[in-house]
Amino acid sequence: MTGTARIRGGGAPGSSRIGFLASRIGSALTMLLGVCTLVFLLIHLVPGDPVEVMLGEGARPADQAALRHALGLDRPVWAQYLDYLARLSRLDLGQSLHAQRPVSDLLAERVGPTAILAVSSLSLAILLAIPLGVLAAQYRGRVVDRAAMTFSMLGAAVPNFWLGPLLILVFSLWLGWTPVSGREGALSLILPTVTLGTGMAAVLARMVRSSVLEVLGEDYVRTARAKGLGPAAVLWRHALRNAWLPVLTLIGLQFGALLGGAVITETVFSWPGLGSLLVEAIQTRDYPLVQGAVLLIALTYLAVNTTTDLLYAAMDPRIRAV
Amino acid sequence: MTEPLLQVEGLITELGETARPLRVVDGLDLTIRSGETFALLGESGCGKSMAALSLMRLLPPGGRILSGRVRLGGTDLLHLTEAEMRSVRGGRMAMIFQEPQTSLNPVLSVGVQIAEALHVHGEGSDGRNRRRVVELLRAVGIPDPEQRADEYPHQLSGGMKQRVMIAMALAGDPGLLIADEPTTALDVTIQAQVLSLLGDLRRETGMAVLLITHDLGVVAETADRLAVMYAGQIVETATVSEFFAGPAHPYGRMLMESLPSAEKRRGRLATIPGRVPPLDRVFSGCRFADRCASVMPLCRERIPEWIGLGAGRGVRCHLWSEGEASHPGPARNAAEPESGASERPSGSVGEIGSPLLKAVDLKVHFPIQRGLFRRVVGHVRAVDGVSLDLSLGRTLALVGESGCGKTTVGKAILQLIAPTSGQVLYLGRNLAGLGHRAMRPYRKDLQIVFQDPYASMNPRMLVGDVVGEGLQALGIEWTRAVRERRVADLLELVGMDPESARRYPHEFSGGQRQRICIARALAVEPRIIVCDEPTSALDVSVQAQILNLLKDLQSRLGLAYLFITHNISVVSYLAHEVAVMYLGRVVERGGVEEILTDPRHPYTRALLSAVPVVDPEKRRVVIRLEGDMPSPSNPPRGCHFHPRCPEATSRCSEGYPPEVRLGASRYVSCLHLD
Repeated sequence: MTGTARIRGGGAPGSSRIGFLASRIGSALTMLLGVCTLVFLLIHLVPGDPVEVMLGEGARPADQAALRHALGLDRPVWAQYLDYLARLSRLDLGQSLHAQRPVSDLLAERVGPTAILAVSSLSLAILLAIPLGVLAAQYRGRVVDRAAMTFSMLGAAVPNFWLGPLLILVFSLWLGWTPVSGREGALSLILPTVTLGTGMAAVLARMVRSSVLEVLGEDYVRTARAKGLGPAAVLWRHALRNAWLPVLTLIGLQFGALLGGAVITETVFSWPGLGSLLVEAIQTRDYPLVQGAVLLIALTYLAVNTTTDLLYAAMDPRIRAV
Repeated sequence: MTEPLLQVEGLITELGETARPLRVVDGLDLTIRSGETFALLGESGCGKSMAALSLMRLLPPGGRILSGRVRLGGTDLLHLTEAEMRSVRGGRMAMIFQEPQTSLNPVLSVGVQIAEALHVHGEGSDGRNRRRVVELLRAVGIPDPEQRADEYPHQLSGGMKQRVMIAMALAGDPGLLIADEPTTALDVTIQAQVLSLLGDLRRETGMAVLLITHDLGVVAETADRLAVMYAGQIVETATVSEFFAGPAHPYGRMLMESLPSAEKRRGRLATIPGRVPPLDRVFSGCRFADRCASVMPLCRERIPEWIGLGAGRGVRCHLWSEGEASHPGPARNAAEPESGASERPSGSVGEIGSPLLKAVDLKVHFPIQRGLFRRVVGHVRAVDGVSLDLSLGRTLALVGESGCGKTTVGKAILQLIAPTSGQVLYLGRNLAGLGHRAMRPYRKDLQIVFQDPYASMNPRMLVGDVVGEGLQALGIEWTRAVRERRVADLLELVGMDPESARRYPHEFSGGQRQRICIARALAVEPRIIVCDEPTSALDVSVQAQILNLLKDLQSRLGLAYLFITHNISVVSYLAHEVAVMYLGRVVERGGVEEILTDPRHPYTRALLSAVPVVDPEKRRVVIRLEGDMPSPSNPPRGCHFHPRCPEATSRCSEGYPPEVRLGASRYVSCLHLD
């Protein structure tokens, strides 16, 4: 008979909160191994001989052989893989070809600035978007709503490579309030934060608005009003608690993207982040560095997604029961 | 007479744009006394819910009360500020809603949601509120209230959720409870539980209940007085016994006549033609005139006045104006005797009653998968060994409560879900396990009509294409012109204008759509139609039209129906044989009369006893079932029904009782048949 499977007698169908946590973390660890494997294969997926690609066509055979040996490419693939995993477990990501320094050191220098920029711009986006979206939903069709949605449309339409230089022009060159570029003190954080944050706020505000609007039409909101609750309690306790859920997913995705490096904004402001490092690495065909950066970015995504899932579960009892 | 608790005078409510408003409540007058149950009766679109929401001042966006007075125990509610009104809502006047599934906030525990109501209307400390929450949950009959208070809505069954809603409404100790279709979304045995709970609470607390419903049976069983609402107005008020002895307004009378029942089996059901008029217009005559069986020229010329008939009874109808009062005789199309067609064999394909399809020990198990690798950790035994016989020109009703697996049986017979095991023998050929290609020749013979006529048609297809698609898909008719002619004939057959073919589904009402769905099923000239709750989304007057149509088609075309339903009165009107399902198995099957008049399985008895009777004089004894149906993933050992069965003994948990044959066609699975 098809579809027969072991039936576990007496297995409790409803898993506990701990069970949920364990299953989420278990699946994250599995994905982790998958990501590491994919990054390992990256170098073998390069069309042609990776060594030739890295060194360019005119390289001498002796140099090629040396690099091939240095990268371990002259050994069987399975041995390379095991070796790679062993090195990973020691956080050894290899040597950068271009900078001649350990990849992990290079990455470590760039993680900090990227994280700071990501956190600050996301915070700005949340601080702007949530009140705007909630107000727009509450006063649907009125002036507040239209103003918020106009901002949202502009924010989504204006590209960062245009907004960034414009902000530099006004605030750094004309007014002289902020540094033009680079990372020198807290003031230098402002312009890149605004550039990234407003764009995200625009998308987020629209999401908050539609989510709140949807929830305000739900039967349980009517129940809450029928109980005699005031508008603030209806909004905060009943509507927003539910409206948050889809918004949280979007925030998770945006945060992941930010941690992966906001390439354009980092380039415009010469911000020493991961994004610009990755671009440099690709331009110089620095494969170990590309591998390391991709691995780090993938891991960050994984961490953010898992955190989002766990937060989701903390906020929505229905998910814990799955 | 006691001082009225609620007095509504001349209430007018509008929805929509001010330029083209919908006057959903138009001059409502209502008096409710303390401690009574007052029913507001009417079909969908009559304005009942909007009237209730107006009383609570909880109208949806765009809704506004234009004029009128709403006095609750001496307070004029329409003159209160919004803040003052909030202390009335959930305090002196509470409300529960139709859909317990969506009416509770999914992310807050039920205890928190009840405590919130306590907090708004009292000054109790958190500890005292917690104790009160547990008391309230206990009062509405929730077992283990301490534990349940910390659970979330999705952990409770539908009946439990409605109990929680009631507990929440009781938190403010209301004088008036507005219950808007409180049991419509519940199964009949759960409905019986909730209605008796409401009755008990009303007696204990002395609160009045305003019961909004479309269900005449519920009204007959629970209410003291009632008002019939039609197109935004009250057309009749009466005590329940007066009303059921003889409604004064033709609308109420026609509603009653359109209810299916065993006594009406021989004939057609009376129907109410047309539908509730749109409320965006100014009426110059009686609003019911276009659908009324007793209409007179005067009805279209003059708006009928409210006529008092003494002692709280009144009617809005010209029949009762001076000199006319003797007229409310039988309606024109009331239960007309059938012209002999209903029992006439079609003769086209074999003998009526000859076997057509046989399901043998049919099982459908759905795997439950968990964890990272989607490991199968168990099975939902949706259908767990069902045997049925369908015969030519006959209707087999498959009856049971939601979750018992009846819809899955229908789909498994049609091979829309692959059965896990068992046989589906159609004219001797086993359909179970046939692939798509092998099944194709049989598709033509086996068709289905779904429950929701709104969701079961592609909104972007023309009605003609919806109906004709099967002809093309099964290669029956390739020529477009011939197909169009067939579609026109089919539409005519189901009582629709052939011109409808050029329109889209959204342009039709629910009843018309269900006719289109029936035409679609008939297009390929099937011999068996699985009807999956085809009338449960429709109003009773429309239901009567569809039932008449199905009956006509059966006698003309010799169709066999597998009629899946939870509605016992429809069964008594339409079915020849009945199979009663509980938790994936048929517990009793046989002829319709023997089962409905002399049920032998304890579950059948409980199910039938829970159906409200449309006769306030006939007080039935409801066999109360405790709790809810268990999960089909983990059915109780032995007889699945024994944990809830009033007659269970220790033997019942030992093994599933074998099917015992009683008489020619009756089978029962119970150990206690003496």
